[in-house]
Amino acid sequence: MTSAPRPGQHSEVTLRVNGKPHTLRVDHRRVLLDLLREELGLTGSKKGCDHGQCGACTVLVDGRRLNSCLLLAVALDGSEITTVEGLGGDGEEPHPLQRAFLDRDAFQCGYCTPGQLCSAVGMLAEAAAGHPSHVTDPGAPSGRPVPLDRTEIRERMSGNLCRCGAYPRIVEAIEDVIP
Amino acid sequence: MTGTTGAALGAPAERREGRQKVTGAARYAAEYAPPGRVHAWPVPAAVARGRVTGVDTSAALALPGVLAVLTPSDAAGLAAPEDGTLAVLRTPDVPHRGWCVALAVAETPETARAAARAVRVDYAAKPHDAGPAEGHPDAYEPEDVVGQPGRVEYGDPEAAYAAAEVRLDVTYRVPPLHNHPMEPHATTAHWDGDRLTVYTSTQGGTTVRSVLAGMFRLPEERVTVVAEHVGGGFGSKGTPRPDVVLAALAARHTGRPVTLAYPRRYLPTVAGHRAPTVQRLRLGAHPDGRLTALLHEVTTQTSRVNEFVEHAAVVSRVMYATPSLLSTHRVVPLDVPTPSWMRAPGEAPGMYALESAVDELADALGTDPVELRVLNEPRTEPAGGKPFSSRHVVECLREGARRFGWAGRDPRPGIRREGPLLLGTGVAAATYPVQVAPSTATAEARPDGTFVVRINAADIGTGARTVLAQIAADALGVPLDRVRTEVGHSDLPPAPLAGGSSGTASWGWAVHEACARLAAHPEEGPTVRADTTGKADADSPYARHAFGAHFAEVAVDTVTGEIRVRRLLGVYAAGRILNARTARSQFTGAMIMGLGMALTEHSTLDPAFGDFPEADLAAYHVPVQADVPDIEADWIDEHDSHLNPMGSKGIGEIGIVGTAAAIGNAVHHATGIRFRELPLTPDRILAAPPYQG
Ligand code: FES
Ligand code: FES
Repeated sequence: MTSAPRPGQHSEVTLRVNGKPHTLRVDHRRVLLDLLREELGLTGSKKGCDHGQCGACTVLVDGRRLNSCLLLAVALDGSEITTVEGLGGDGEEPHPLQRAFLDRDAFQCGYCTPGQLCSAVGMLAEAAAGHPSHVTDPGAPSGRPVPLDRTEIRERMSGNLCRCGAYPRIVEAIEDVIP
Repeated sequence: MTGTTGAALGAPAERREGRQKVTGAARYAAEYAPPGRVHAWPVPAAVARGRVTGVDTSAALALPGVLAVLTPSDAAGLAAPEDGTLAVLRTPDVPHRGWCVALAVAETPETARAAARAVRVDYAAKPHDAGPAEGHPDAYEPEDVVGQPGRVEYGDPEAAYAAAEVRLDVTYRVPPLHNHPMEPHATTAHWDGDRLTVYTSTQGGTTVRSVLAGMFRLPEERVTVVAEHVGGGFGSKGTPRPDVVLAALAARHTGRPVTLAYPRRYLPTVAGHRAPTVQRLRLGAHPDGRLTALLHEVTTQTSRVNEFVEHAAVVSRVMYATPSLLSTHRVVPLDVPTPSWMRAPGEAPGMYALESAVDELADALGTDPVELRVLNEPRTEPAGGKPFSSRHVVECLREGARRFGWAGRDPRPGIRREGPLLLGTGVAAATYPVQVAPSTATAEARPDGTFVVRINAADIGTGARTVLAQIAADALGVPLDRVRTEVGHSDLPPAPLAGGSSGTASWGWAVHEACARLAAHPEEGPTVRADTTGKADADSPYARHAFGAHFAEVAVDTVTGEIRVRRLLGVYAAGRILNARTARSQFTGAMIMGLGMALTEHSTLDPAFGDFPEADLAAYHVPVQADVPDIEADWIDEHDSHLNPMGSKGIGEIGIVGTAAAIGNAVHHATGIRFRELPLTPDRILAAPPYQG
């Protein structure tokens, strides 16, 4: 009863992560989250559930926020990934939202924080692009930027759990960076 | 006792590790990768009680990249731990479903998971008993619950209750609840000859070190425990968990550094939980509202591994003046996972029941619930008779009522409508004991005029580094930026755990003492060591507790059964608040967990299987952003010289105490219906007669 290694269990993919290209031979079972954490040493993205239930692993893939624990790395050839480590770009200064999280004390243990940050950056782009949410007025003209009041922010950020309960401060931090 | 007079304490200083946390640089236990590090995956027991009769590891070992599969008896050579939950892989016995019966170790997490799945375990299953505890013949009264008697009785409560002019006899139920910190329990273990290093997610590294040293028969100095950042714990990381023992064992077995990050859905069975409680409350009162009898009887359950009693009845020994009292617990050992600490163990479920019953009494008497509480304010601690070191629950109720706009509230239930919504408001008091333990700490004066404070404290998100620096700066009489703190490493001076809301008081006392001595006697330097043994644990002639009040406004949808909290306010009297920014975050965070307890968090101990169907975060609903309204937490100034040199009480837990009662009381005010079992989910609301069909 052995399971010999079957051919075709690994493939080569090229990803850009925080602006840097990486070509890797990946196990087909490997999800982006584990690729980041185990192969690239980018442990800022967190594993809270490994099942798409908590948002701790949220990163930006080609500008969209996604749960990296649900993305098979082998399917991401050519993608552009941004993690919490890359939010601030090349500079020493953190991203304005990172600064706002510090100013508002929008975290305690910090474990959900990278996911909250990436999710919020993605969420702001979605709203700016006119994507409606469950609480958006269905009568609002489509395609126009959706104004983000607290109800919108809360609804759109509900995929990111925070067991420390930093939610009110996270909303304030996001409000701080809304143009 | 000397007070601190500098400018740092109380200031809203920013978290010192904040920058690391928002940039992703902060490293948690599973994120240490010593060269050659491999991964472990547990195999949970698939029966509720029995014995492992055989483990076939051949298929697992045949997978490329698998290093080993540990089986029952691989830990037989370790010394027996005091805590039975750590006695993993020592014998083939299975005390409950989910107990670790094998551990796969492989080069990658994917392979370790596949290997764990390929392990074939045979069992001789035995009949199990997973409850329920209510009415169970094996129930017994524990002698001791958290260092207090299991039963306290004075006056003649049964007779006083029978003779009372107004009587209330109600039973409240709280289901099992899970801590679910966002960072799953995890350890990276690494041996260097006979030296063991673990990076582990814990609230108390000093205990982890002594437990590992004991089990692996090593002198403590050969064990290093690092817990620089901890992704929450809420009690479940207050004691070492199987991950740290298993990782150390697997690392020794394979000769490779090993990371074991527990999969989320395995946590409920191995990381502790809040045991379910059934609480019968009987209140006897004069028609004017003064209590004549208070009987609080709690039935709960534990595992056959450890006796842990969710001590929900102790709150009745503290809260209200009554000439007769019965506060007692009955516990049933079952073939179930072992319960343990979850944020405000005892107080959180106990005050849900007591503060709901008090609201029912106010309703029966037609008295305002704030006034009823004020009327029954005790002068000394009801059980024991000690004077309070400070007690400002009335001030919290009054200040909360003022800010919430309580005055003029129409007490009639079920009359405020907004379309299909019914609106209501509710109040509940809060209490949490002051706990403090001896600690050591050092303070070092550096030639450049800066200072370093060292202590093996754990920062689980409380901001320990920051508040300890504030305490040190004031004791030294220097600006905050001249002080650096080092925490989270067992090479640092030993310190007790972050638990029981005691961390800051315990650590701060030692830090304060070391710094005050260094400031007064620089010649003792450059490094001064303090040990508060004998002081911090000295008996106090005072009853010491923090108090508070919670106010809630809810909207109940009579069509969908959904309850939305619209406003939540907490006002606390918790001694001196040492950091206004991080304290506020702890208060509101705990209130949100209380909101979850009231509305969303629900687990079930399935009697047929003996574990929890609601094992992951899709089935067990912790509150999300959309559940949480504008929440306000504030405090009143409290000066108490009978606590510690900082004058502080613990603040990490009181925010969850009474929050669920305030919300439940608001739901009654909205609907006129008294729901006595948590959580208040739509199915339960819609099952109430007026909303059916
Ligand atoms: S780790 Fe990906 S959603 Fe939880
Ligand atoms: S800060 Fe701890 S889980 Fe969000």
